[in-house]
Amino acid sequence: MSTRINVLKTYKIYINGQFPRTESGRTYEIKNPKGEVAANVCLSSRKDFRDAEVAARTAFGGWSTRAAFNRGQILYRIAEMLEGRKLQFVEELMLHGSKKLQAENEVELAIDRLIYYSGWCDKYQQIFSSVNPVASSHFNFSALEPMGVVSIIAPQQNALIGLVSLMAPVIAGGNTCVILASETKPLSAVTFAEVLNSSDLPGGVVNILTGKVSELLPHFSNHMDVNAVCFAEDNANDIKLIQENAALNVKRTAFYKNKNWMSEEAQSPYFINDFQEVKTTWHPIENIGGSKSGY
Amino acid sequence: MAKSKNTLKLKFDSARNLDPAPESAAIAKIADRYELFINGKFEKPSSKKYFDTINPATEEKLSSIALANKADVDKAVVAARNAYDKVWKKLPAKERAKYIFRISRIIQEKARELAVIETLDGGKPIKESRDFDIPAAANHFFYNAGWADKLEYAFPNRNPKPLGVAGQIIPWNFPLLMAAWKIAPALATGNTVVLKPAENTSLTALKLAEIFQEADLPPGVVNIITGAGNTGAELVNHPGINKIAFTGSTEVGKIIQKSIAGTNKKATLELGGKAANIIFEDAPIDQAVEGIINGIFFNQGHVCCAGSRLFVQESVYKLVLQKLKDRIETLIVGNPMDKNTDIGAINSKQQLDVINNYLKIGQQEGSEIFQSSCALPKKGFYCKPTIFTNVAQSHRIAQEEIFGPVLAIQTFRTIDEAIEKANNTAFGLSAGVWTDKGSKIFNMTSKLRAGVIWANTYNKFDPTSPFGGYKESGFGREGGLHGLGGYVEV
Repeated sequence: MSTRINVLKTYKIYINGQFPRTESGRTYEIKNPKGEVAANVCLSSRKDFRDAEVAARTAFGGWSTRAAFNRGQILYRIAEMLEGRKLQFVEELMLHGSKKLQAENEVELAIDRLIYYSGWCDKYQQIFSSVNPVASSHFNFSALEPMGVVSIIAPQQNALIGLVSLMAPVIAGGNTCVILASETKPLSAVTFAEVLNSSDLPGGVVNILTGKVSELLPHFSNHMDVNAVCFAEDNANDIKLIQENAALNVKRTAFYKNKNWMSEEAQSPYFINDFQEVKTTWHPIENIGGSKSGY
Repeated sequence: MAKSKNTLKLKFDSARNLDPAPESAAIAKIADRYELFINGKFEKPSSKKYFDTINPATEEKLSSIALANKADVDKAVVAARNAYDKVWKKLPAKERAKYIFRISRIIQEKARELAVIETLDGGKPIKESRDFDIPAAANHFFYNAGWADKLEYAFPNRNPKPLGVAGQIIPWNFPLLMAAWKIAPALATGNTVVLKPAENTSLTALKLAEIFQEADLPPGVVNIITGAGNTGAELVNHPGINKIAFTGSTEVGKIIQKSIAGTNKKATLELGGKAANIIFEDAPIDQAVEGIINGIFFNQGHVCCAGSRLFVQESVYKLVLQKLKDRIETLIVGNPMDKNTDIGAINSKQQLDVINNYLKIGQQEGSEIFQSSCALPKKGFYCKPTIFTNVAQSHRIAQEEIFGPVLAIQTFRTIDEAIEKANNTAFGLSAGVWTDKGSKIFNMTSKLRAGVIWANTYNKFDPTSPFGGYKESGFGREGGLHGLGGYVEV
């Protein structure tokens, strides 16, 4: 037997394409199924959220104006990176109590879901946009634009596929986001941030924090420079808190109560559409119908 | 570069001295008193109370309107629920459509009377209610009627279902048109409705109720309850409704969003605005000036998407300002029933006070005021068309919605500066861009964070065209295919 000592990983948070520790200096323990400490994870603070939000806002201009095709390529690249590190994710999900087969299924589905949304990046616009036949002599069309910065509270169960299922449609649509990882199962989220960081995804587009839902939920929902909140648990009190805080600056909200993220219904372009604004543009047409030339 | 001395001076006195051309009020059949429209019948309110509705142009009383209290709201919601469960839900979609088509046709038949009542009750110029409000209301019903049996095409790969009972609250600036914007898509998608018009302008909604009776719309499918904010709050908080659609101020919109937190009620909010209207040096200046005038003075500026912040490129600032002042002098302000009137009465005393307060604030903040030299009628609520220059981004008249004929003018040098200033607001309802350069238009229209962008035009509306805001101007869209989304579960 080798006497080599394993190198343990420090699980840090992901803000603006970098891996800082929480500014609060606090951590909490994550234990494996045997009850041993598997990692000390950052207990993120309000200040961490605000830093992450600033990073997301700063990244929004560049990300939202990327060519849709380019966003698709980057999402595909994320899937490629995840495929290459499958084993690590399987191990981490097993540390969180998943059986091996379960964990493998979840990781593979996460890869497939990223590819699914990669393909949507330059297609949903045509599904949900319209040219509007107004009665006056104007050319009028309605196109989609991303909402802006979205705060996402990732599902507690199915920590990896849950996070990917919420993140992918949000960024496929040109938004940027701050994600709170599953409180009890955060390890794969941090490792996923490393995947993101090696996928040509610009820093700040996705920011991932670890910590307590009860502590961070108010900040995720009351920040005045957040455009939308996404929450996937079926907790009436939390939903009410988010909805009340959303009213501070008329945030948009999306709730997916305990959806089965392993199912086929957990992916569709409607998830992208949930974080899109409709912009309608008018321009006059000179002399419509009056022209003698043309036909 | 164009010089202001090239401006052709207009003869203002000739425009002012047109002979009176009053529309006759005789066609308007207004009852002395209006009851609540619940379950297909006009019913006395359990509050036993009535409030006056007046003509803001003359301050004369037009009618008494029933005040709905909690019990009345409850009755209306129960009627809507029964109609939903027992009739409307079961009706084949193409038959549902026929009722909505009927409503549209009857509005067209009664268009003249409705236009006159709209102007008497709200103070808007007859030419606007006649040529815009009423035809547009009819068209909204006609457009949405056709969707009723085609909804599966609007939501690919989905089977859209109605939500149930929709509570709808509308403002006083476009009374019948806002009722149409709300009721038409709700009915087309299979919902039933309880609608509360604004307390100052209930009359055309109550005339619409008579049209529902004439169209034989099944009882309870649309209920109309009248009253002020308290009645609206009872409706919002009623546990029996599935959806709230609200058009009004951002302040009230936030209260509504907060008060339905923790319920399963869906919401569409169409709230305030402070739209930027941006004029570049290469714009067709005369058309732009008309667009600025229309953008801010249409409907006395009581328009959520009014172009109330004007941004002029510095190189043409003097020219544009001179033309604007000249044009404002030609606007005919006064009796809304006169067919030549451009700017009618302010909707209420209360709103006039709000506007006058902003006129004071603007001057206190250091902006320079310019007003038309026109005379105002002795009775009634009127405000001269007003522009402010020397306005800073931080001024309240540049940040807050005034909802009156008051324009705040600022300048810019570069495109980036224009975009930055235009987007520097909590609102995001609409914006205008004026330039003859196509690529510049698309650059601007894609960077302005607002739901409706008018390029080389302003204040255009159509039933097929989705309308609604970004940011604190609300969420959800009204009109077009996208307007159906707020009333279905997919």
